[in-house]
Amino acid sequence: MTWLRALMLALCLVVTPALAVNPDEILPDVALEQRAREISAGLRCLVCQNQSIDDSDADLARELRILVRERLLAGDSDEAVRQFLVDRYGEYVLLNPRLNEHTVLLWIAAPVLLLAGLGGLAFAARRRRPPAGELSAEEQAALDELDRSLPR
Amino acid sequence: MSIELGHFALILAFAIASVSALGGYGFWRTGQRVALVLSQGAILQFVLVAVAFAALIQAFVTSDFSLLLAVNNSHSLKPLIFKISGVWGNHEGSMLLWIFILVAFGAMVGAFGRRLPGDLLALVLATQSLLTAAFTGFTLFTSNPFARVFPAPLEGNDLNPVLQDIGLALHPPLLYAGYVGFSICFSFAIAALISGRIDQAWARWVRPWALLSWTFLTLGIAMGSYWAYYELGWGGWWFWDPVENASFMPWLAGTALLHSALVMEKRNALKIWTVFLSIITFSLSLLGTFLVRSGILTSVHTFASDPTRGLVILSLLAVVIGGAFFLFALRAPALRQGGLFAPVSREGALILNNLFLATAVGAILVGTLYPLLLDALAGTTISVGAPFFNLTFGALMAPLLIVLPFGPLLAWKRADVLAAAQRLMGAGALAVFLAILISALGGVSISLAPLGLLLGFWVAFGAIAELIERGKVGRIPLADSLRRLVGLPRSAWSTAIAHLGLGLTVLGIVATSAWETELVTTLNPGETAELSGYVVSFDSFGQVPGPNYMSDEGRFTITAPDGSTRQTLADRRTYVASGMPTTEAAIETYGFSQLYLQLGEPLEDTHVIRIWHKPYVTLIWLGALVMAFAGFLSLTDRRLRVGAPRQAARVAARAAP
Repeated sequence: MTWLRALMLALCLVVTPALAVNPDEILPDVALEQRAREISAGLRCLVCQNQSIDDSDADLARELRILVRERLLAGDSDEAVRQFLVDRYGEYVLLNPRLNEHTVLLWIAAPVLLLAGLGGLAFAARRRRPPAGELSAEEQAALDELDRSLPR
Repeated sequence: MSIELGHFALILAFAIASVSALGGYGFWRTGQRVALVLSQGAILQFVLVAVAFAALIQAFVTSDFSLLLAVNNSHSLKPLIFKISGVWGNHEGSMLLWIFILVAFGAMVGAFGRRLPGDLLALVLATQSLLTAAFTGFTLFTSNPFARVFPAPLEGNDLNPVLQDIGLALHPPLLYAGYVGFSICFSFAIAALISGRIDQAWARWVRPWALLSWTFLTLGIAMGSYWAYYELGWGGWWFWDPVENASFMPWLAGTALLHSALVMEKRNALKIWTVFLSIITFSLSLLGTFLVRSGILTSVHTFASDPTRGLVILSLLAVVIGGAFFLFALRAPALRQGGLFAPVSREGALILNNLFLATAVGAILVGTLYPLLLDALAGTTISVGAPFFNLTFGALMAPLLIVLPFGPLLAWKRADVLAAAQRLMGAGALAVFLAILISALGGVSISLAPLGLLLGFWVAFGAIAELIERGKVGRIPLADSLRRLVGLPRSAWSTAIAHLGLGLTVLGIVATSAWETELVTTLNPGETAELSGYVVSFDSFGQVPGPNYMSDEGRFTITAPDGSTRQTLADRRTYVASGMPTTEAAIETYGFSQLYLQLGEPLEDTHVIRIWHKPYVTLIWLGALVMAFAGFLSLTDRRLRVGAPRQAARVAARAAP
């Protein structure tokens, strides 16, 4: 189904035939640029299909990339930059959803599923285990009886 | 004329499929007699849909622009291969491809299923015909590919340029063969539930189909991933996009199904779970094909943006999937369980495999649908993107990869885990050594890289250790070892090879994620740039016309660290009919690594050039190819070829108390 996404990307391309990070956007400070890239990779290009602004070629992505770098140059922390964008565009801009009352189910889904699976397995194993352990007095008596009756 | 012929053939196939489904469900108890009729019906459906499909291809090849579909998706100047692949580069045509593969699988069951018990065969073919009728009906009534247009235009609107690629010719047919192949497992599950009869012979029948579908799906996903990698222009190969997730979920579920059917075939255990997985795998395949098109998931993705069409698709999915699960809830408790085993055993390991794979499917499903549900229920929009999936999926796969090499070394029923660990000591030690060595040499750019390397090597070496163990290499004379290895059943070889392939893919993912380097710069012809020891010189720039596009192309010379030089070409195309641009990156492969070079747009009076060095990136897809090879190898195993299901059924009936 990749060609469907390719289709979407093509539509993105039509809007603006520019491509991802441009040389004129790159910050001279290597460490700061690295932080900018990492932040960008976690921000959604709002007009594209499921692309981060770091990968996208749309005008909006370019504006956001420049904005991220401006905030970093102004001395913001990574979290402050993200918060700045969330204040402007909403939680939708974060590709990695933050834990809050709306996303708690999302974040606990995988562990809960795993635990439920383990629980189900334990339950099935208990139910299916053959009757083991001590023989009841009755069974022991029957076995003794059988033992005695056998020729030695 | 041929268009009408194709249209008529499709209508006829719809009618035959409907009658087959009704007749099959009505008279399955009569066994062999109705099964024989249904077999012929299945083959007839295949022939008719093949005629319809051929008519459509003919219209595209001859650029018959009285066909609406050809007008919208073709162009007379397009190269032949893209005229053909353009048939399924749209909603209507891809529906017909989907149906074509569905009836092809049905006909295969009809042709090769003569040895199945009559009632089971009748039920399988009835279910298969029901699916054909449902989706052919959907195509005919809402997405007819044979609609004409009058007056016919002189020229078509051309296919989207990104789709004019060999990827479109290969990726959808492979992917669909995988998706649709699981319909056979689904039909077998439905047949088992209706007849209430399920035994080891059933698993033996289902497993080859699951294996075949899984192999196609593996190839289809790998092909799609590589296509995205080279076509989209920045070398991304997996994006956790809803559409990708939709194809990955059936793959994970199908992988689980392969392993659980193995337990059922060998040990007559996990019956209900295997039936459940058969249903869920095909349901996820349907979801993969259709939910993304219904307009509900991400409206921008859809071919079929028409809301009524989306509604019909959703109702169809609800009926097929809901009906199957209703039947499951009704009948599954009646299926008898068998085959006792201790927790530490081959069965136990395979259950653990199923637990992690099923949880991964669930986690991806939740992640894919969550934004949609949250929006509908709470009115809040959030994004669930790659960082979330990488974390969740990675955390679930790590334990699976840790236990994986143990599985094949454990005995059925009850196993000695310490003995298995002893046999894996060498593999483990080597994996630890290499992971540390490579991390020390390459530097640790992301903290999880050494762990990822360790897991990849562990799985790959574990697979080799299994073969060494089975061949008793080093413990008996080499010639005897070789003889033992050659004499191993192909299924044993394919297990080891498939696991080796998985290890390679993991290594490729880790290496390229951790040690990829990138350079974004501006160059003019005559200038050079350097990245990771590779010197790229920009030789020339020019405008060249292609068959149906204009191309801005840059010629480059790459000097590798070893001094060898290669000429290469990267271009940006503008397609004549649509005016759409695409970029074609220059990709040069050095060993398992690649240098990926992209010509960006002109910036003032120079060109933006992006270069990536992607170490060991090809292992990602080579690993998938190795896995698919293992799938095909396993299909040639004598036990699957001979099959002898009736005999096996009798034996099973006698053995089971």
